[in-house]
Amino acid sequence: MMALDRTVSQAEALVDADEARIARRRRVEGVGKWLMPVIVLGLSIWGWDRLVVWNAIPHYILPSPGRVMQTLIKDWPILFDALLVTLQITFMALAVAVIGGVGLAILFTQSRWAEMSFYPFAVILQVTPVVSVAPLIFIYVENRTIGLLLCAWIVAFFPILANTTLGLNSADSNLRDLMRIYGARRWQTLRFLQLPSALPYFLSGLRIAGGLSLIGAIVAEYVAGTGGIGSGLAFRILEAGYRLNIPRMFAALILIAVSGVVIFAGLSILSHLCLRKWHESALKRE
Amino acid sequence: MTTNRPILPMGQRDRLLELQGVDKTFNGAVVALRRMNLTVNEGDFISLLGPSGCGKSTALRLIAGLARPTAGRILWSGGQGTGDLGVVFQEPTLMPWATVAQNVWLPFRLRGQSMAAVRGQIAEALDLVGLGAFPDAYPRELSGGMKMRVSIARALVTNPRLILMDEPFAALDEITRQKLNNDLLTLRGKIGCTVIFVTHSVFESVFLSDRVVVMAARPGRVIRELVVDAPYPRDLAYRTSPAYAAHCTVASEALAIAMEEAA
Repeated sequence: MMALDRTVSQAEALVDADEARIARRRRVEGVGKWLMPVIVLGLSIWGWDRLVVWNAIPHYILPSPGRVMQTLIKDWPILFDALLVTLQITFMALAVAVIGGVGLAILFTQSRWAEMSFYPFAVILQVTPVVSVAPLIFIYVENRTIGLLLCAWIVAFFPILANTTLGLNSADSNLRDLMRIYGARRWQTLRFLQLPSALPYFLSGLRIAGGLSLIGAIVAEYVAGTGGIGSGLAFRILEAGYRLNIPRMFAALILIAVSGVVIFAGLSILSHLCLRKWHESALKRE
Repeated sequence: MTTNRPILPMGQRDRLLELQGVDKTFNGAVVALRRMNLTVNEGDFISLLGPSGCGKSTALRLIAGLARPTAGRILWSGGQGTGDLGVVFQEPTLMPWATVAQNVWLPFRLRGQSMAAVRGQIAEALDLVGLGAFPDAYPRELSGGMKMRVSIARALVTNPRLILMDEPFAALDEITRQKLNNDLLTLRGKIGCTVIFVTHSVFESVFLSDRVVVMAARPGRVIRELVVDAPYPRDLAYRTSPAYAAHCTVASEALAIAMEEAA
């Protein structure tokens, strides 16, 4: 009887008031992490709707969220085609940015001379606003798709280059020494030490570049302007603006924002999958 | 891993490596090492003992071939081949993205040997350091002492003629450190490796080694060599024996002279 009492009281003692409070707070925070953004978003949309209805704002100045949704559904064929065009440019630019960024980063770490010679050019490309370069690009480049691609690439490749270069150079110096002691060849040090060390840096650059290539693609479309056939979302926004079709502008804007979020989320998941086994950033803390 | 060399008594050991009047000057101004002479024989357990700045780590880097002497020569008997050298740094220096077994595989991998071909040797090395049950663990899952064991397993997996250890246990707690000291000696008894061990602990050096090389700073140089003739295996009884205390006293005195000369 005595022994039984003791086990019971021990079991109770395992979760004291303090621990229970911490556990409760963790549960509440877990739910709140998802619930809060949804509530705030819902409230904002509701506020937007009320603002339009109560002030009787005409739809050609500010459409209600309901009207924007209707337009999104009604204009889906046009908008979806435009979305595909924009996304195509975005992903092609991102792919070229990855190849160019990683390729240049590897070249820079293999040759100090290459880095000294070309790094300033990469910086110049990065700091010059793409809006101001784009018109020139469209003068010199006949093919519109290649022009768009070039613009988006200029914006997107630098974070990948900068981050990957940093990553390749931040391999543990003792491990480098170890590689030398074991007589590793250059490509072996690159393959077995520098590339894995650079992976977290590269992935973080990739997440930034994903958003930037979308922005680059849209900005380039704005500058490229007309074209009619095979035009992207930015062109649709411009066109709708000329026609005072404000709901369609909002609908296109929502598509761009959603695409950006999806790209970011996708790249974040990719990053997590690549790093979850070993990198600090992807580990759950006890 | 299978060739276990017997450790001969001192005086009967073959010469493995010789440092002849080795100088190292950095930037043409900082003399890190001046005229260091040292003969390393097969089976020696040599400790380089001294205050910081005495050039003990520099000596290790020179022997490892990571730096070239400004003057003097380092001669390997029979020349140096790949895999003749194993190194353990102060940090475990493991690749965090690779499992324990993959980390130990590294020296073989760089020679183009597949994991399948050397799996037995890797398992043997991990067994020797007491980590036979953790080949698939990632470094982050291990304690500081266990990481260091992986590092030691990697250093000895190629069955090197010489293992260099640069204050390997300095960052560990005292209890873990003593355990690893004991295990290191057991390991040496089993495989008969030659070790050069850098430390700033008198007690560690006297416990582990049969030769203690005392060094002084500014400029880094050897001021004395002590022979610790206590027989192996050494254990707790040795650690608490008057002989151990006597050797520690001699080493401490030598170190005190080293400090005075530097000051």
